[in-house]
Amino acid sequence: MSLELIVAGAMIVSLTFYALLGGADYGGGVWDLLARGPKAKAERALIADAIGPVWEANHVWLILVVVILFTAFPPAFAVIATALHIPLTLLLIGIVLRGSAFTFRTYDAERDSVQQRWSYIFSIASIITPVLLGIILGSIASGQITVENGVVTSGFLRPWLAPFPIAVGFFALALFAFLAAVYLTLETRDFDLQESFRRRALISGTAVGALALTVFLLSGTGAPKVRAGLSASPWALPLHIITALFAITTFWSLWKRAYKLARLCAAAQLTLILWGWALAQFPFIVEPDITISSAAAPPPTLRFLLAALAIGALLLFPSFYYLFRIFKGDTPPTALPETSDPTTSSTLNANADAHQPR
Amino acid sequence: MSDLLAARSQMAMSLAFHIVFAAIGIAMPLLMVVSEFFYLRTREEIYLTLAKRWAKGTAILFAVGAVSGTVLSFELGLLWPRFMGWAGAIIGMPFSLEGFAFFTEAIFLGIYLYGWQRVPPRAHLLAGVLVAVSGALSGIFVVIANAWMNSPTGFEIVGGQPVNIDPVAAMLNPMALSQTLHMTIAAYAATGFAVSGIHAYLLRDRTNPFHRRALAIALTVGGIAALLQPLSGDLSARAVALNQPAKLAALEGQFKTEAGAPLRIGGIPDEERGETRYAIEIPRGLSFLAFHDTRATVKGLEAFPRDHWPNTRIVHFAFQAMVALGMLMMGTALWGAYGWWRRRALPDGKWFLRTLMLLAPAGMIAIEAGWTVTEVGRQPWIIQGVMRTSEAVTPMPGLVVPFITFTLLYIFLAVIVVWLLLRQVAASPRIAETEKIEPREEESRFVA
Repeated sequence: MSLELIVAGAMIVSLTFYALLGGADYGGGVWDLLARGPKAKAERALIADAIGPVWEANHVWLILVVVILFTAFPPAFAVIATALHIPLTLLLIGIVLRGSAFTFRTYDAERDSVQQRWSYIFSIASIITPVLLGIILGSIASGQITVENGVVTSGFLRPWLAPFPIAVGFFALALFAFLAAVYLTLETRDFDLQESFRRRALISGTAVGALALTVFLLSGTGAPKVRAGLSASPWALPLHIITALFAITTFWSLWKRAYKLARLCAAAQLTLILWGWALAQFPFIVEPDITISSAAAPPPTLRFLLAALAIGALLLFPSFYYLFRIFKGDTPPTALPETSDPTTSSTLNANADAHQPR
Repeated sequence: MSDLLAARSQMAMSLAFHIVFAAIGIAMPLLMVVSEFFYLRTREEIYLTLAKRWAKGTAILFAVGAVSGTVLSFELGLLWPRFMGWAGAIIGMPFSLEGFAFFTEAIFLGIYLYGWQRVPPRAHLLAGVLVAVSGALSGIFVVIANAWMNSPTGFEIVGGQPVNIDPVAAMLNPMALSQTLHMTIAAYAATGFAVSGIHAYLLRDRTNPFHRRALAIALTVGGIAALLQPLSGDLSARAVALNQPAKLAALEGQFKTEAGAPLRIGGIPDEERGETRYAIEIPRGLSFLAFHDTRATVKGLEAFPRDHWPNTRIVHFAFQAMVALGMLMMGTALWGAYGWWRRRALPDGKWFLRTLMLLAPAGMIAIEAGWTVTEVGRQPWIIQGVMRTSEAVTPMPGLVVPFITFTLLYIFLAVIVVWLLLRQVAASPRIAETEKIEPREEESRFVA
């Protein structure tokens, strides 16, 4: 396998981790906004506790995707950043608002009005940002971004302001919300909270199915190359069957309240969707004018990058494992950023209501 | 506003905003780790309270630094796609390495902030140390990429395209060492002085042991850095003299090429008349500082084509501001060191504390001024001598819109951050509380 292919694989792996971890953090924002009724406060607290310790680290996967892209495939980065300037800028605004609102909410006054304000900004940005992320990936897949002599010729609107990328945007949103709901069933011991996220997982899972079908239908005209890959390749049928099996198992295990199995299958489902897209688009980074090999940086850069990725992985995966073991072990008690008093936190119990005084 | 000017303004504004958080992200973890270390050694609760207080501030500032840094990594392509398309293979590496440092920082900051009750004390301290180290490394990698723009190496140009790319040689470019040293020390000095200024203000209540310890730690870190900074400044000046003579000429207001050039203090460069007026000149000073030889010849701006000159006024003023503030901080550090040497105790005289309060923003302003020198001083080039900034800009029209949008967004964030930090400062522990650290109402609420 060539160097650039391995690097491209590493990039898709990073994107997959971003979707599985950062994506679920966006999904948490969706459920924050939709939290209703007497349990709303407990639900919001659960989401915040689940995201709090890990979301900064989860976010870095996106940075990794971007730096691999511009180090290993600089012309592709230049073309994407030019053609998709507008949705990328909007994505950044969403990322900034969401990240800062989440932290501001944690450290601002606990008055309901103040918390509510930051919650709105956090959750609305959590909804808009994944839609934009999906739109961006959808336009890259669509084959509508054209390049001549290194100059983007398809304009600044047409490639992304189209039915297919927008459908992919909502598909991404549904997937992230679904993933978050599935993960959240394992973040609490409270049966009622588990039930409400189980119900949400089932509903959003259905939405994922419907949007997947929509995206597939729109891809006929919206992304013909990817559509051809997903229907005619020798791997297409097995891929669809396995993805469908994972989807069915997710539903079944949610129904049976086998949440660990559900989490595994939901994550596998999303991974296969991403890899299916990547395979269908192969060998293009930006269909139809930029391929992995045409955009690849020279071998010395790729070798250096691969070495860094390998060493980085050796250091990072144990660190990540440690982080998740600390905070995502079996139904962990509530994680809190420390107050100045060493005694209060130890007295807090796992019930999220306890630290949400009205 | 032309699109090029809008793009430059957006980049400048984004960097100016991010750099404050980046500098604090480098130095603040060191302060909190030192305090936690003293807690583990002495078991004095005050140190624990202090580490936790500083950790809160770090959490807020880190979050904003992380998102504004994300914006920058995209803006490289959004605003300068031709630069990234051309140079990505050469200087992408330090950014990739920065990605890993950032990963480490984010993982262990999560453990540090949320793990007080979850991990053993030593592991917790170690997590903090890893945050401090990886924070410094992040900054170093990004500055290496910037140093390459000032002194590009590790490639050859054939037919307008880079060939024979050597990313290691690019990282080991001639400006890398001096710039990374200068910036890293600046981060500790600026943050140390900013934190000292805040605690000096809170030490109006002179015997409060909490703020005394806080001030001692912050001032030690900031003071040592401020004393070291002139050395790295000297290294930087000589590297600039060697690699970017036009920048040196601009920052010194040196229009004529001359042997034994004077050092100018103050003065207004006049590009039309080709001279810097109203400056105090120290004979042969510039030749000595730039080349360590009083008779060395310093190239003036006249040696360069007119369209290769940076904006001399901005560069000269920014440079003077940076040096002046650095000197003030160094002088204050010496004053503090002398006071400590005389009395073996933290100097807490009224005028010393007032000076510290006054100098709280000095380091950050010096950092902004220093980056103005670096960036404006490199113009009209985005890659010194290789690619002009105007050649790198995106063809996207209407760039004034994102410029204004991000400016408003960042003003909003700045206001909120200041407000939240003031809340933290206002919740300062009083003397009685520091003995037995009672939670006060607004301190114990900490959850979303």
